[in-house]
Amino acid sequence: MAIKQISVFVENKPGRLAEITELLAKNNIDIRALSIADTTDFGILRLIVNDPESTVQILKNDGMTVSATEVLGVAIPDVPGGFAKAIRTITDKGISLEYAYAFITPKSGSAYVIIRVENNELATEALNDAGIKIIEQGDIF
Amino acid sequence: MFFQKEIETMNRKDMAALQLERLKWTVDYCYKNVPFYTKRLDEAGVTADKIKSLEDIKYIPVTTKADLRDNYPFGLFAKPMKDIVRIHASSGTTGKPTVVGYTKNDLNMWSDCVARIVMAAGATADDIVQISFGYGMFTGALGLHYGLEKIGASVVPNSSGNTEKALMFMRDFGTTALVATPSYALYMSEIAKELDYPMSDYKIRLGLFGSEGCTPEMRTQIEKAWGLFATDNYGMSELVGPGVSGECEERCGLHFNEDYFYPEIVDSETLEPLAEGEAGELVVTTLCKEGIPLLRYRTRDITRITYEPCKCGRTSARMDKVIGRSDDMLKIRGVNVFPSQIESTLIGSEKIGANYQLVVRREGFADTLEVKVELVDGSILESYQDVERLQNSLKHKLQTVLGIQCKLSLVEPKSLQRFSGKAQRVLDLRNENK
Ligand SMILES: [Zn+2]
Repeated sequence: MAIKQISVFVENKPGRLAEITELLAKNNIDIRALSIADTTDFGILRLIVNDPESTVQILKNDGMTVSATEVLGVAIPDVPGGFAKAIRTITDKGISLEYAYAFITPKSGSAYVIIRVENNELATEALNDAGIKIIEQGDIF
Repeated sequence: MFFQKEIETMNRKDMAALQLERLKWTVDYCYKNVPFYTKRLDEAGVTADKIKSLEDIKYIPVTTKADLRDNYPFGLFAKPMKDIVRIHASSGTTGKPTVVGYTKNDLNMWSDCVARIVMAAGATADDIVQISFGYGMFTGALGLHYGLEKIGASVVPNSSGNTEKALMFMRDFGTTALVATPSYALYMSEIAKELDYPMSDYKIRLGLFGSEGCTPEMRTQIEKAWGLFATDNYGMSELVGPGVSGECEERCGLHFNEDYFYPEIVDSETLEPLAEGEAGELVVTTLCKEGIPLLRYRTRDITRITYEPCKCGRTSARMDKVIGRSDDMLKIRGVNVFPSQIESTLIGSEKIGANYQLVVRREGFADTLEVKVELVDGSILESYQDVERLQNSLKHKLQTVLGIQCKLSLVEPKSLQRFSGKAQRVLDLRNENK
């Protein structure tokens, strides 16, 4: 159902992000979506990858602080108001949205958005009822 | 319970008179028997009859660990070898060890000192006491050994190592007291829990801990694990070994054996005496020692001393648990900061790792302190707010304990610099060229 997202604690040091992504590339990990939220001191890097289990292992072996969680992937029709509709559907049900980030796909016609909500089951139900397509790991790669 | 009540409860005036008399004797004795001191005292122009009051001690030059090392092995001995009956040495982490010698009188004085502190801590002739310090050149084990025998306790000289066998003896003998380092006592409890015997098979009621520092959290952990009452004692081989001071059952500071060791608290930079209650470096003068008398020995330990009488009835000076080492002390905006204070504040948070680093910088005319800790718990990464909350709560805790503003940075695990496996705790960049 849901998509595995990897979160990595990253210090704000020059080149640190490059080092991490290079490490994953060297291990043939394909990064499909990426978001980084940061302050002046540290950031949390969030990744959607083709092989989440190996990614967690690779990063942990390198001494990094890592966690994996399930997030929802939503296919948004590529028309004005598409994203707004999806978000409205969820918030109307009283489910709080923690963060969201979009990414480009090779497939045309829709944009994919990763959303992190407090309750995946309820959000999935609401989106299904509204006719909004939920994507799975397999749809992205 | 008292071992030598008259001395232990002596009024302050009589104690001061006794100390002055013994101080004069020691200065004279050093001058006549130790060439190193003859030279030092001549240079300073100090002789025994110039010392009119205890305050005059400040005119005597200090002695340091380096002086002991420079005179390795027997250069500071005041007695010929025919009068020396025991030799101990402290482990030298850098350079030569420091070697100390005891006369018969010294050994007797030493065991009296230990007898007083173990009785103050609650040990009695009925106790069966296991000594889990390593024997050998180290003063800890033999010091406690003879002091405990002196009060009539049954001593089990188990030494350290072979923990399972030690635990067997403890169960089978019904051992009631334990002499160990706090960390070994904790380790023993962990092994004991893994064995097939319930903890109720152990009758340990009293812990006589020393030779390394112990945070309040660690003490509570040891007490819970063993169901014992933990007490702390203090000493160092240069002065005599354990027995310089120790906690009574009130546990409100360590009672000094002041008739044998004269304590001073001084500013570790200027060596100026500090007022009662102020934290500074402990400097100790031996008052009766014959083998290796020391004048104003700099212990490098930072503590406070109070002369308020204790609820237990003792009138002796009481020192706090050692706050830190003067070598490690940092002065930031006029406030003394010890890495050990930071360590005990951070201990207990599972979200962060064991390593930390203090970075001191000078920005304009103000010093700034940054404390770096490793974030190891991935589970809080889900919420950005959780990470910030952790950062803020650690920062507030540190600021409360240290009494100065600091910046707290969370860093990636293993990112703190290490020298020979140990984290570099302090990075003082104040004197770096910009
Ligand atoms: Zn007391």
